[in-house]
Amino acid sequence: MTVKQLSVFIENRRGRLGEVLQVLKDNNINIVSMSLADTTEYGLLRLIVNKPEEGRDFLLKAGFSSMLTDVLIVKVPHTAGSLQKILSIIAENDIDIEYMYGLSVESTDASIVVKTNALDLACKVLKSSHIETMTPEEISSL
Amino acid sequence: MIWNKEMECMSREEMKKLQSERLVKLVRYVYDNVEFYRKRMDEHGVKPEDIKGIDDITKLPYTTKDDLRDTYPFGLFAAPHKDIVRIHASSGTTGKATVVGYTQNDIDVWSECVARCMTMAGVTKDDIIQVAYGYGLFTGGLGAHYGAERLGAMVVPMSTGNSKKLTTMMVDFGATAIACTPSYLLHLSEVLRDEGLLDKIKLKSAICGAEPWTEKMRNEIETRLNITAHDIYGLSEIMGPGVACDCEHHAGLHICEDHFYPEIIDAKTLEPVADGEIGELVFTTITKEGIPLIRYRTKDLTSITHERCECGRTSARISRFRGRSDDMLIIRGVNVFPSQVEAALVDVEEVTPHYMMVVDRENNLDTLEIQVEVDVKYYTDEVKGIEKLTKKIATVIQQALGISAKIRLMGPNSLKRSEGKAVHVIDNRKLY
Repeated sequence: MTVKQLSVFIENRRGRLGEVLQVLKDNNINIVSMSLADTTEYGLLRLIVNKPEEGRDFLLKAGFSSMLTDVLIVKVPHTAGSLQKILSIIAENDIDIEYMYGLSVESTDASIVVKTNALDLACKVLKSSHIETMTPEEISSL
Repeated sequence: MIWNKEMECMSREEMKKLQSERLVKLVRYVYDNVEFYRKRMDEHGVKPEDIKGIDDITKLPYTTKDDLRDTYPFGLFAAPHKDIVRIHASSGTTGKATVVGYTQNDIDVWSECVARCMTMAGVTKDDIIQVAYGYGLFTGGLGAHYGAERLGAMVVPMSTGNSKKLTTMMVDFGATAIACTPSYLLHLSEVLRDEGLLDKIKLKSAICGAEPWTEKMRNEIETRLNITAHDIYGLSEIMGPGVACDCEHHAGLHICEDHFYPEIIDAKTLEPVADGEIGELVFTTITKEGIPLIRYRTKDLTSITHERCECGRTSARISRFRGRSDDMLIIRGVNVFPSQVEAALVDVEEVTPHYMMVVDRENNLDTLEIQVEVDVKYYTDEVKGIEKLTKKIATVIQQALGISAKIRLMGPNSLKRSEGKAVHVIDNRKLY
């Protein structure tokens, strides 16, 4: 099952990241996990939040280029080789990973956020290998 | 040394007489051969017979770059195509280029003028000169080339783009003169220094033009390379480089006044201003056949003097340029109008009309960054997508301007909005 990720394009300017976080704070949006792809000129902030639609709307209103992107959140058991196993299933099915990052949740399992070029297929092949993905409900309850 | 003493040292009265004769002839010629001018003069209520001497020039209407655009490509040509032997072009304010045509006689006059200018810079037939302006539609390369050949110098047509080859040949050939933009020459001086070649060159003189520069830059160039550097001025609409140049006294640029009649006007009232006062430079090409222009507004701001120079020349001199009366920028020797950027960005659906051009100089080379705000719905959260868009815009800009620019994508509303006239340029170079 896919989950909505909140993405924000930020041009490199001092304090700009803080301004984004301020908008989320003021609107009581909780950040569950984040990643920042940075280049010399801009950054792409990717957030897993409890209320992605609201977060996008508040940021747009505040003048940020924010958007929602579908991603998978895959549970990764705390055992050696489990991440490798997930990635090889994805690769074997000719699916490309656009980006991925870790999700920090206190539980017995770790999780990763994965963006691929074929999300539904990725979801299906992982499920048939008994690998769990998180639902939007699970995320918003975090 | 003076290339053409008769013309360059003529008494003011004789010059005025010559200019008067030439203007009378020119006005009749354009009235008979250029529909645009015939209409414009009729609208203005002035007939060729009203022009009896150079003082009557103020009765004539002005010509602007927009007139060249509106008559693109050949509408202002006075000579039939069979007599045009060459075309050059420069940036127009939007989309279309400004096109000019030369008859064989125009090319000869141009070569003569460049030869005069190079002589002012101390170049003779004994010199080896590297021409490092771009060859092609731009007038710089071929203009300097033909002038140097007229002079009888040994011409090395380097064109632009390969500093290493240029410095190597400068040493190996024992080049004694160079024609290029002043910022490029400063850059070359660093290349020479870094390669340990500074004491191996035989350079004596530089003819620098195609962009405005300061006295400070001249001192820097002269000290670093142990040469004399001269300021050559020109614009394709009038001829190309060689309209004016400064002599060894560096007391203003001597105009080739027997071919290009100068006036300085108030850019707002369009009334003439007195000698020594700053205003917009206007030229009438009193001997040109291909595309003669009457009272062409260059938009360059300067002042003029008609006093005799210590070098012996009597020709009118213009001072260092003080700026422009329009928003044209000269970046790496190329004329750039913000309106060109605006017109180019309209064709890119992902971007908004909000943009800012940031011009700077790094290691003596001009840099142009264009910041554009991307439409919110076109953002992607993948680096690859952003890079693709950046590249697309860069290509569009390169095609429109003829020079490359660094594109920086900006978030919505991140560029300053101005309340009055929109500000689209930040120029951090101190050129005037």
